[in-house]
Amino acid sequence: MASVLASDGVYLRDTVRTAVKLLVVGPFAIGKTTFVGTLSEIRPLRTEETMTEAGALVDDLAGVNGKSTTTVALDFGRLTLTDELVLYLFGAPGQKRFTQIWKDIAFGALGALVLADTRRLEQSFEVMGLLEELGIPYAVAVNAFDGAPAFPGAEVRDALDLLPETPLVFCDARDVTSSTQALITLVEYLSTRNQENA
Amino acid sequence: MRLRGLVRPYVVTGGRAHASRNTLDAVTVVIATREQVAGLSPEKKRLMELCRGGALSVAEIAAHLSLPISVTKVLLSDLVDSGHIATHAAVSHAARPDMKLLKDVLDGLRARL
Ligand SMILES: Nc1nc2c(ncn2[C@@H]2O[C@H](COP(=O)(O)OP(=O)(O)OP(=O)(O)O)[C@@H](O)[C@H]2O)c(=O)[nH]1
Ligand SMILES: [Mg+2]
Repeated sequence: MASVLASDGVYLRDTVRTAVKLLVVGPFAIGKTTFVGTLSEIRPLRTEETMTEAGALVDDLAGVNGKSTTTVALDFGRLTLTDELVLYLFGAPGQKRFTQIWKDIAFGALGALVLADTRRLEQSFEVMGLLEELGIPYAVAVNAFDGAPAFPGAEVRDALDLLPETPLVFCDARDVTSSTQALITLVEYLSTRNQENA
Repeated sequence: MRLRGLVRPYVVTGGRAHASRNTLDAVTVVIATREQVAGLSPEKKRLMELCRGGALSVAEIAAHLSLPISVTKVLLSDLVDSGHIATHAAVSHAARPDMKLLKDVLDGLRARL
């Protein structure tokens, strides 16, 4: 099995020493998986976590007999940025009730890109609130869906009640350049923010 | 190959709810440091077989083995303790990432355009 994976370029370069992660989040069917798949150098991977209804993570089913559980899927992809540095993108569901998954996956994340659709902007509120609670800085990317009305940035900012500093970009999650630009905007913001807080 | 449905995760981890897995992050890079797998459970052998091919993150190992990340962390922390694998520390979880790191990420992304 190992040799098959090696020939697929599945493994990291031996020289990789640092791995960082960014989150790609948003409501149902907003383009999270598409975004991760567009940028990933490996076939996007998926893992599933089992949660109790109360949002606790289950790694030991012995403790949850009789309680109902849900499965939450996380998609992720990888971008090798230099010989030593690799970036992982995690697509995470926007629902707050998956508390423990959120804490686990958000821990150590540099930041998040919140995807939004102009036809249902309010659906991105929940995840924005969650990121604020967890102290994870984010930028917002409005995904260009066919048939979605195009609004000027200022109107979208207003509707989303964004802080003046929060970046807003328009993007097409199916397009490499557009998606890369959205991530660049996010990381530029993270750098600026870092400098100002220094 | 797929584990799910055959063995429940709690069997895989030996029923241990909380290992010293808190030092492992989804993006911690893992490398095999030992060829010897005698005495390991079938799950750990499978994990070692995968890791022998090269470095992978915890999340990638989980996905390739069709295990939840949480269960994979428990298995991995045992294998760290027994000297079968080593990790490259995930990026420090300081309140503020260092400027150099953010600049490297930014340069790396810009170079892709
Ligand atoms: N026009 C357009 N369609 C998009 C874009 N991004 C995603 N889509 C489409 O929207 C649908 C949903 O995209 P997904 O990537 O599966 O969304 P998701 O957020 O992962 O969905 P869930 O995981 O089910 O919550 C797919 O049919 C995509 O092809 C975009 O930027 N523009
Ligand atoms: Mg998805």
